[in-house]
Order: sequence, then C-alpha cells, then structure tokens
Amino acid sequence: MKRPFSLALAACALVFAGTPVGAQELRIGMLTTLSGPGSGLGIDIRDGFRLGIEHLGGKLGGLETVVVEADDERKPDVAVQKTDEMISRERIYIMTGQVWSNLALAMMPTLARNQVFFISPNAGPSQLAGKQCNPWFFNTAWQNDNNHEATGAYVQKRGFNRVYLLAPNYPAGHDSLNGFKRYYKGGIAGEVYTPLEQMDYAAEIANLRAAQPDAVFFFLPGGLGINFIKQYAQAGLKDRIPLFGPAFSFSQDILQAVGEAAVGAYNGAQWSPDLPNELNRKFVDSFKQTYGRLPSLYASQGYDTALVIDAALRSAGDKWMDKATFRLALEKVVLETTRGAFRFNRNHFPVQDYYIRQVVKLEDGTITNRIVEKIFEDHEDAYVQECPMNR
Amino acid sequence: MPRLRELAPLQTLALALFFGFLVAAPLAEEWLLKLATRMAIFAMAAAALDLALGVGGMVSFGHAAFLGLGAYVVGIAFVHGFEGSTLAGFEPPADIWRQMLIAMLAASAFALVTGWVSLRTRGVAFIMITLAFAQMLYWFFVSLRRYQGEDGIALWNRSQGLFVDLEPQPNFHLFAVLCLLLFTLLALRLYHSRFGRVLRAARDNERRVSALGFPIVRFRLVAYGISAAATAVAGVLLANATWFVGPSYLSWPVSGQLIVMVVLGGMGTIFGPMLGAALFVLLEQFLPDLLDLLEPGAGEHWKLVLGPLLVLLALRLRRGLFPALARGRPGAGAVLPEVDRG
Amino acid sequence: MDPLLLLQQTLNGLQLGVMLFLMAAGLTLIFGIMDFINLAHGAFYMLGAYLAAWLAGLFDAFVPSVAVALLLTAIVGFLVELVVARELYRRDHLYQVLATFGLVLFFDELVKLLFGPQPIFLEPPPWLEGQVELFGAPYPVVRLAIIATGLASAVFLWWLIARTRLGMLIRAGADNREMVQALGVDIATLFALVFALGAAFAALAGAMAGTIVAVRIGMGEEILILTFVVVVVGGIGSIRGAFVGALLVGLVDTWGRALLPGLLGLVFERSVADAAGAALAPMAIYVLMALVLAFRPQGLLPARG
Repeated sequence: MKRPFSLALAACALVFAGTPVGAQELRIGMLTTLSGPGSGLGIDIRDGFRLGIEHLGGKLGGLETVVVEADDERKPDVAVQKTDEMISRERIYIMTGQVWSNLALAMMPTLARNQVFFISPNAGPSQLAGKQCNPWFFNTAWQNDNNHEATGAYVQKRGFNRVYLLAPNYPAGHDSLNGFKRYYKGGIAGEVYTPLEQMDYAAEIANLRAAQPDAVFFFLPGGLGINFIKQYAQAGLKDRIPLFGPAFSFSQDILQAVGEAAVGAYNGAQWSPDLPNELNRKFVDSFKQTYGRLPSLYASQGYDTALVIDAALRSAGDKWMDKATFRLALEKVVLETTRGAFRFNRNHFPVQDYYIRQVVKLEDGTITNRIVEKIFEDHEDAYVQECPMNR
Repeated sequence: MPRLRELAPLQTLALALFFGFLVAAPLAEEWLLKLATRMAIFAMAAAALDLALGVGGMVSFGHAAFLGLGAYVVGIAFVHGFEGSTLAGFEPPADIWRQMLIAMLAASAFALVTGWVSLRTRGVAFIMITLAFAQMLYWFFVSLRRYQGEDGIALWNRSQGLFVDLEPQPNFHLFAVLCLLLFTLLALRLYHSRFGRVLRAARDNERRVSALGFPIVRFRLVAYGISAAATAVAGVLLANATWFVGPSYLSWPVSGQLIVMVVLGGMGTIFGPMLGAALFVLLEQFLPDLLDLLEPGAGEHWKLVLGPLLVLLALRLRRGLFPALARGRPGAGAVLPEVDRG
Repeated sequence: MDPLLLLQQTLNGLQLGVMLFLMAAGLTLIFGIMDFINLAHGAFYMLGAYLAAWLAGLFDAFVPSVAVALLLTAIVGFLVELVVARELYRRDHLYQVLATFGLVLFFDELVKLLFGPQPIFLEPPPWLEGQVELFGAPYPVVRLAIIATGLASAVFLWWLIARTRLGMLIRAGADNREMVQALGVDIATLFALVFALGAAFAALAGAMAGTIVAVRIGMGEEILILTFVVVVVGGIGSIRGAFVGALLVGLVDTWGRALLPGLLGLVFERSVADAAGAALAPMAIYVLMALVLAFRPQGLLPARG
C-alpha cells in the first residue's frame, strides 16, 4: 500500500525540478473540448490552429512557440482547474481554444487575475462584449449573437411569421435567441430552452409539431444538433417545416454526421468554405489534405486566431513580453484572414461581414454549405455601446 | 480510530508527514501550494463523510450534495454582493465565518429531511436513495437560472476573512488547514463520546444496541446531520479554493470520489480518510505525469489505470491504508473489526 | 391540452419507460439475488450501444449487428462477474461501490481509447425510417419499434422467469438465497448467468438508444441514475416492480418536461411558467421517488412480502 505513495512522491520530485522556460519562448494554452458530445468543435479549432502555425513556419511572430493542449471535457469546473494549472505550472502567456461561453465566463476571473491574455477562437458571450468587457479578453470569431442576427434578418426578409425557437439553456443559448429576435420581428409560435445535456428531443419535437409553426429556428451546436436534426427528420418534419439556424447548427462537423437530413437548410455565418479569397482557398485545400475532412467554421476560426496572434506579435516586435504593448498591438491588428478583412472593435470583438449559407449536396455527393447572399456588411455587435473600455 | 497516544509509529509518521506538508506548503511553488490546499479541503470532506459512513455505518452515496450546498452559499453570496442586490430582503454575508454557519445550517437541514426518508431503508436501497437525493439537488442547481444554472458562478474574489485577507493563496491555505485541524479535534471528541460509542456499537451490532433501548435511527440521523454540516464547510472552502461554484460539485462522481478516499484510507478511523484524500489528490495529479513518463501520451488515459487500481483495492484491501500502517503491532491502534456481512 | 399531443407524449414516455425497464430488470435481479450493487451496469448499456454502432457500420446489417453486440456484452458481463463481482458478494456494499466505480472509470476510458472521444451514430435501417400515422398524427417508426421490442423483451423475461427452470431458480434465489444454496444448486453458475443476462438486456437498451441519440461516453451513467430510481420505486429485486416503476418514471419524466410549463402557464405568466417548468421538470422523478419512499419504503411492488 505504500508503493503508490512513494511513486507519487518520486513523480512529485521530478515535476518539482520544473519545466525550463526559455526567455524568448512563446507559451500558449490550448484548452478546448476534446472529448464528449462537443468534441467535434474543439478538435476542429485545435486542428485549424495547428495548421495556422504550420503555415507560419511553426513559429508565431517568428518566436519559438510551445502550445500546451488540454481537454476541458466541456465542464466549467474542469476548465477552471486546468486554467489554473496552465498558468501556475506551464506559465502560459496566452490562453486560447475555448468553445463554450459558460466555460469562458468561468475561466475569465482566473485569467484576468493572473494577467494572461485570453484570445477566444469561438466563445463570445454578451457579458464580455458589453458591461464586463475586459482588457485581457479578445474574441477572433464573433459575438455570440451575430450569426443568429444574420439568420434573423434573413428569416424576416423571407416573410415568415410563425417561427418556433429552440436553444440550449446556457449563456450562448440565451444570446442566440436574443440575437435572432433583434432582427426578426414576426410572430413566435413557441420558445424552448433545453438542458445542455439533453440528447433526446422527442418531447420538444412533439410540442413543436402541435404548435404548427411555419419555420423553425434552432441553435444546437455539435452533438446536440446532430441528434436534433436526425430526430426532426425521423419525425417526418424535414420537408414540412423549413429549418433555419446559425452556422453552428449546420457546420461541417454536423453535416458529416446527419447527411441528407440537413440539405436545404439556411444558416447565417461569418465564413464559408466557398468564400472566394486566396487565403481561404489555400486553407480549405490544405486542411482537407492534412486531416482528410472538410474544415468547419470552427477550424477557420482556429486558423484565423493563429494569424491574428502572429500579426500582433510581429507588430509588437521585441517588446511582445510587455503586456501593455502586446495588448495595443492586438487592438490595432488589421489583416486578411480566411473570412476576408479582419479588425477588432473597441470591445475586442471583430467587425466583419456576415453571409447566409445553404446546405447543398454537391455532384460528388459531398454535403456542405454554399453562400447565398451577404446579409450584413462591417457588422458590429449590439453590446459595444455598453463597454466602458477604450471609449 | 485510536486515541492519539495509542497510534503506531508508522501511523504517527504518516500523520506528521501529512500535516507537516500542509503547514510547510506555503514555502513551495504556487501550484504545489494549491495542490496542498486541495488536499486539506478534501481531507476534511472525506473525514466528514467518514462520520456517517465509517462511524455511523451509513453508506451515503450523496455527500457531494452537501459539498455543493456549502459551495453555493459562497456562490450565491458572491452574486448578490457583485450585483449589490438582496436575497428575499436579506443581504447574504460576504465573510467566511457566517457563510460557514449558513452552510452548516442548510446542509444539516437538507440532511435531516432526506435522512429521515432514506433511513427508512438499509443496505443497497440506502445507497441508491442518498444518490438520488443528491441528484435531485444537482438538477435543482442545474435549473436555477438565477444563479447561472449549469454554467456555475465564477468568483472574482474570495470570501472575506475575519482578521486576515484570504485572497493571497498562502493565507487562504493556512486558513483551510486551521479549519481541518479544528474539525479533527471535534471529530475525535465525537468519536470517543457516548454518542460515538453508541453509533459504532449500532454499526457493529444493530440488534443488540436496539435491544438496549437506544433509538438508533435518531442517533444515526443526528450523525448524518453532523457529517453533512462538516462536509458543507469543506464546500465553502472548496468554492474559495477554485474560485468557482457549479452544479458539477454536486454530481455523483464527486460522491464516488469521496467514498474512494474514505475506503482507501480506512473507514471509521477519521485520520485514515484524510490520508486517503491526500493520496487520491496526489494520484489525480501525478498519475497522468507518471504514465507520460513511461509512454508519452499515455497520461491522457490515466483512468484506464486508476479504474483497475480501485477494483484491486476493493478486492484486496481489507481495512484501508491507515489501519495497515499499524500492522505488526497487534493491539496498538486497536483497529476496528472488519465490517463484513455474511 | 390537445389529446393528440398527449398521446404522442405518452408514447414518448413509454419509449423511455421500456428502455429503463430493460436496464432495471437486470439491475434489480442482481440486487435481489446477489445483494450486489453494480454501478457498472450503465457501462454495459454504453458497450452495447458502441458495439452495435461499430458492427452496423462495418457490416451494414442491422439486426445481426445488434445481436452480436448483445452477445459480446453478455460475455463482458460474464467476465465481470467472474473476475470482480464474485469476490465481493459477501463483502460490505461499500467495497462493491468502490470496485464498480473503478469499473465505470475503466470502461469509459477503454471505450474512449477504442472508439475515440467523439460520439458515433447507429444508423437505423431503412425499414425503421419514416413515420406511421397514429390517429392522424405521424409518429416515428423507430420509436414504435423500440416500444415493441421493449414490451416483447418484457414478455420474454416474464416467460423466462415464470415458466423455465432457470427462472424458478432465479425466483427462489431472490426469495431465499440460502435455501437455494442448501438445495445443492450450482449457485455460482446461476449468478454468472444472471449477470450476463442483465448485461445483455442493458446492451439491448443501449443499442435501441443508439438509433435515436448519439452513442457517447458517459451515456451509461446518465441512465444508471434513472434506473436506480426505477428500482427503488418498484421495489428491490422485483421484476414486476421494475416494470411498473420504469413505465412510471418514463411517463413522469416525459410528461414533466412536455406538460409542466404548459400547466404552470395556466396559473403563472408565460415567462415565469417556462422558467419554473424547466427547473421543476428534471426534479419530478426524484420527487416521485421521495413520495413513494415516504409511504412505502419497500417500494411499490416489493419482491418479498
């Protein structure tokens, strides 16, 4: 019985010797969801980020770059604990990777207290865009509401008037329906929040059918969306009531799993695999080549995050370790990314264009998204006015 | 658990090492200090569970509920303090002493109500019912939109100490160790009191104690309440240690972990579960590192090793680590008879 | 309330109920006969789902894949009994909890290693796709098939227990273990068979679940807790109790989620009702359990008197 104890002590001594930290080494924490129903998103972000670093010659801003990866299991308490560990044991300078808003919000105090930059490639909760905007937080994707706003504007434009709304019960879920309703002004046939852990939507789908809506808007990312779309088709509703959603409900990871069940659905996004710019073509091709699958928008966000960090490091130059200098460099970043022109607003969220995409089946049988139209130009989020930063 | 002077040398050594490490931890690197804090807190929670499980003979599979209740007292107070709002007209206290008091009251109230129902059953049914009640409370907090439900509450600051600032880790750590020591003294008193003796006797031979005219269920209920209250205090500390409160603190794997700590260390010995907790926290932290050393990348799958390790412990372990340390000196540390049925 | 909607939600509740029954039947037998608490029962459910999905993906033959998955899981169950459970029947429940908790960790990690961390899917065959009209409202065929399979399994189990020699021994074992042993029955083999049978039923429930939701790590733990509630409500060791308890829990859970917000809406404002409904619905079955225990601590239909 004493054996494990002495083993642990031995390990303790080993670790205590410490990880040597080079002076000019850039250490980045990649804390994301690598297991469970949300893992498709995290894996895409990580792979996109890796590809971005690879395209930049393995170095961000020309610096030796070490990326420490960890799985948050999509649990806030695990995320906080791993964050703490990455800061005190791995001495990271930048944290990235976070998919989920609830996890990002849970990690924020720890990161801010330890003055670590948090560059979120996905999670963009309204709190951090508005009143609680934070000098240590940047988002390279969007504010949570944005893709929902784009879809809302489109549903409004198409003239639907009895829409049924469905989202999971967590901050991004509430942001989602708020965003949709900001641009959709028609009638609402029903509004449901489901537990984030829920996988069977039988009860909700029966209620939905009974409410007789003329369209359904739902936000269910990753595994949740896969279950919902499959069950929606199983219930025979696919051809009767059209589905709308943000890009998250019809991202490539979902399309891969649900196949035909999603064809025809419309969704709002800041990025699409067919965006006609050189960088994007290079990204999509080389992602396909490296990982053997089509990239999702999460992958593009991971890739762009690497580009943004690289650009900021380059403009900060030798002084990148000075946190005020690096922050200023980030704030001033202007560059071309896979989604086109990119810059931060004063609340550290992007100002960018948004598109409506449709799920299509290509001639070779691939199911993917194609752009239908551009719905917003240089769109900024609805919370920037509440943010006291850089006013 | 023996009286202090009856401890075997190895037991004394283990305890000295454990408490010595806890007291000296502020000299170590920050991440090691945090590990020590975690050890102290889970040592308290495990020893508190031992009062119900080892001493009282009640196999509770729902003690995470009490840990979580304590944590939520901190979380809810933080939310109201942050917003400057009140809860039903009251201002929840920001200082840790009053938070602990409220946590103890809330946890023991929940324990008395659910215990009253649960103690109508024994054996397997008791295990499942305590689990289900904890799960009920878990879902309650998951659904509690007012306090961010499943997302939990991230704390921007710790509870206020009475004379010390708890924000710096060394201060907070020593405060947690102090709580652990105070609790240890109380638990020892309780164990050797008449109350404790009746509980232990009832655990070993229910019929005889009942024949002597003791209202066993009432004794057990009280013990369950005390155990819950102490676990809730650990919960208050846990919230402050992790800067976070969420329903996951009430989830059933946490209850399972607490049981593992108790059994690992030796149930019914109070000190044993403390060492069990320390060992478990160490395993959690270093097993992945150790596996990575043997085979890079293997650390990710450390539970593949931990699982069979627990099975092996269950199959081979008769009394737990702490009693095993007294081996070779029969009589010393008068270890409890094994609680086997059959 | 729209009667058609009520019917649909009742069917959804039944569907959850029969799946819970398949889980609970094995668990309650293991409790009743061996007095053994098996936290790893959910792992059999997960294994069944993963194996069925994996085999169906390889061979494109749905029914044989599920059958083989059941068989393989039964073998795993048999081995678990042989290596772990057998040693622990006479030990305190605590050690059973410890060992099977370890098994849960082990199987979750093993599945992650074998099948990857991402959820996988069990595609139902074409003949299970589509809907049937039930009183004018369409209902998914696959869910009806689950209800039918579940009920058929219940009948099979009833036959097995009421009409066969094995069943007689199981019943006798549940009533009085010592007596059966004294009669010279090979109790060790009987226990192993019951364990394997329970594992196979759990695997069937898992495979059925796989046709409607993603197959993922941790799915076993979610349903395990519900199964515990079923067993306690029904009465430990009682198959009839497990059946009644399972349907009751399935219906209360589904009705709770589907109807509670609407019912509260009659009394409160819409937003309040939605919030309260969402908060109360997941707790409904635990309230049910507490109520049953408060009035009948031995469960609704206990095995012994």
